[in-house]
Amino acid sequence: MRIPCPYCGSRDIGEFVYRGDASPVRPAADGAEAAMFAYVYLRDNPMGRHEEHWYHTQGCRNWLVVTRDTLTHEIPSARLAAPLNAGDAV
Amino acid sequence: MTRYSLFSLAAKAVSGHRGWQRAWRDAAPKAAYDVIIIGGGGHGLATAYYLAKVHGITNVALVEKGWIGGGNAGRNTTIIRSNYMLPGNEPFYEWSMKLWEGLEQELNYNAMVSQRGVLNLAHTDAQRDGYARRGNAMRLHGVEAELLDLDAVRRHAPFLNFDNARFPIKAGLLQGRGGTARHDAVNWGYARAASALGVDIIQNCAVTGFLTDAGGAITGVETSRGPIRAGKVGMSVAGHSSQVAAMADLRLPIESHALQAFVSEALKPIIPGVITFGAGHFYISQSDKGGLVFGGDIDGYNSYAQRGNMPTVEDVCEGGMALMPMIGRARLLRSWGGIMDMTMDGSPIIDHAPIPGLYLNAGWCYGGFKATPAAGWCFAHLLATDAPHETATAYRLDRFATGHLIDEKGQGAQPNLH
Ligand SMILES: Cc1cc2nc3c(=O)[nH]c(=O)nc-3n(C[C@H](O)[C@H](O)[C@H](O)COP(=O)(O)OP(=O)(O)OC[C@H]3O[C@@H](n4cnc5c(N)ncnc54)[C@H](O)[C@@H]3O)c2cc1C
Ligand SMILES: [Zn+2]
Repeated sequence: MRIPCPYCGSRDIGEFVYRGDASPVRPAADGAEAAMFAYVYLRDNPMGRHEEHWYHTQGCRNWLVVTRDTLTHEIPSARLAAPLNAGDAV
Repeated sequence: MTRYSLFSLAAKAVSGHRGWQRAWRDAAPKAAYDVIIIGGGGHGLATAYYLAKVHGITNVALVEKGWIGGGNAGRNTTIIRSNYMLPGNEPFYEWSMKLWEGLEQELNYNAMVSQRGVLNLAHTDAQRDGYARRGNAMRLHGVEAELLDLDAVRRHAPFLNFDNARFPIKAGLLQGRGGTARHDAVNWGYARAASALGVDIIQNCAVTGFLTDAGGAITGVETSRGPIRAGKVGMSVAGHSSQVAAMADLRLPIESHALQAFVSEALKPIIPGVITFGAGHFYISQSDKGGLVFGGDIDGYNSYAQRGNMPTVEDVCEGGMALMPMIGRARLLRSWGGIMDMTMDGSPIIDHAPIPGLYLNAGWCYGGFKATPAAGWCFAHLLATDAPHETATAYRLDRFATGHLIDEKGQGAQPNLH
């Protein structure tokens, strides 16, 4: 499996660390307990297209959001995660 | 069902082994059953068998999308053990071990259960202390465990790389009653015994949806061979629990991951029992045919592909070479992968689904083969009585919400534990 890092180009999967499903969004700290439970524990776990976080440890050290097919491992796209999560950093 | 015995074997040998009956009926689906089990792995088959045998519920269909034992039940590295630490786990796995010990007589089938011992190696003082604690916890549950010092480990497995500068071997925890079993034979034995009691084993029949009544309760399944009604439906689909649960709009605390296994060419006996590396993740045994059977970590990313990738192959082989360099000369014959449910605490779920009529046996992670007899026993108990079996009360679905995790590793919400 190779991941097309937007920064470094196509790189072997061994250079990356997986961090799981990118779709759950952390609920507000004062939100309902049920929402926090769903965020921490529940997953769609789809067979097919999956948006997921990969960290390019052995490369540019950027966090990526990679779209991958969990059945075929086809990776149609990968983008930097930072712009997506810019609001979270504060 | 004709009983297998030395006499039946001798009689058939004389006639050139012609005239053996098929081991189980190839059933076609009826319109309705008391109970439907989805998934013909070891767990589903054992559940069907114990429903019929222990609870007298014989109007049961086991529905399998491919062939029985084509999933993890026929892909695992066949290690059986009951060396757990937590009270939610240890009685369950010990119950499983007891069932393994009587399984062949129970099923009249040679499942090649071999109690050749499971040795977990410790490579630091802290790890040795951890194993001492685990061994003591096992003893408190009435399960024998032996902490081997360095000399005893040397006698047990003299070929290990004891003086590895990074991972010196300090001690080992031995469960003498652990070992291996022949995975295919376990499936076939349960299938044959369940079929003989009246269970319909229906292969090439994929569940594609659920039938529900006006109140939303589950009343059967849609399949590739038509609808089948049932009083109760139990799902036991290993790595595909999220997929089947989604058909009932249920989200689970589970991710599906690929685990690989490897087997070498056949060698003369060199590996005594099962040996596990405590500094990396590597476990090995030797099959009765002589192949070295080994594995390590999951590949680490969500997958339904039933095959793994090279970085994990490399990692597993590095673990093996660090622990027992002698195996480096053996040629690898085959490798394959299976898809497993990884739960967020590394422990399984045997519970009612939050939808009437639906029951869950899921989340078996790395270790569901050893659990096969007890998972079947406890799931059958739940299906028959609507109450959890006394050894499986902790395997609740709501434990993730209530905070009652069963986290043997003590590492928290991560779908990569065991
Ligand atoms: C490589 C590998 C090594 C392992 N090593 C060990 C080990 O050494 N010791 C140990 O204890 N455990 C081990 N395990 C774990 C163990 O194999 C599993 O936890 C256990 O087999 C799961 O239960 P099962 O046998 O019922 O699963 P499976 O055999 O996977 O059964 C599930 C069945 O459900 C069917 N199914 C899925 N979806 C549908 C549908 N929609 N309709 C109908 N049927 C469906 C599948 O086709 C499959 O046959 C290992 C697993 C793997 C992959
Ligand atoms: Zn990069």
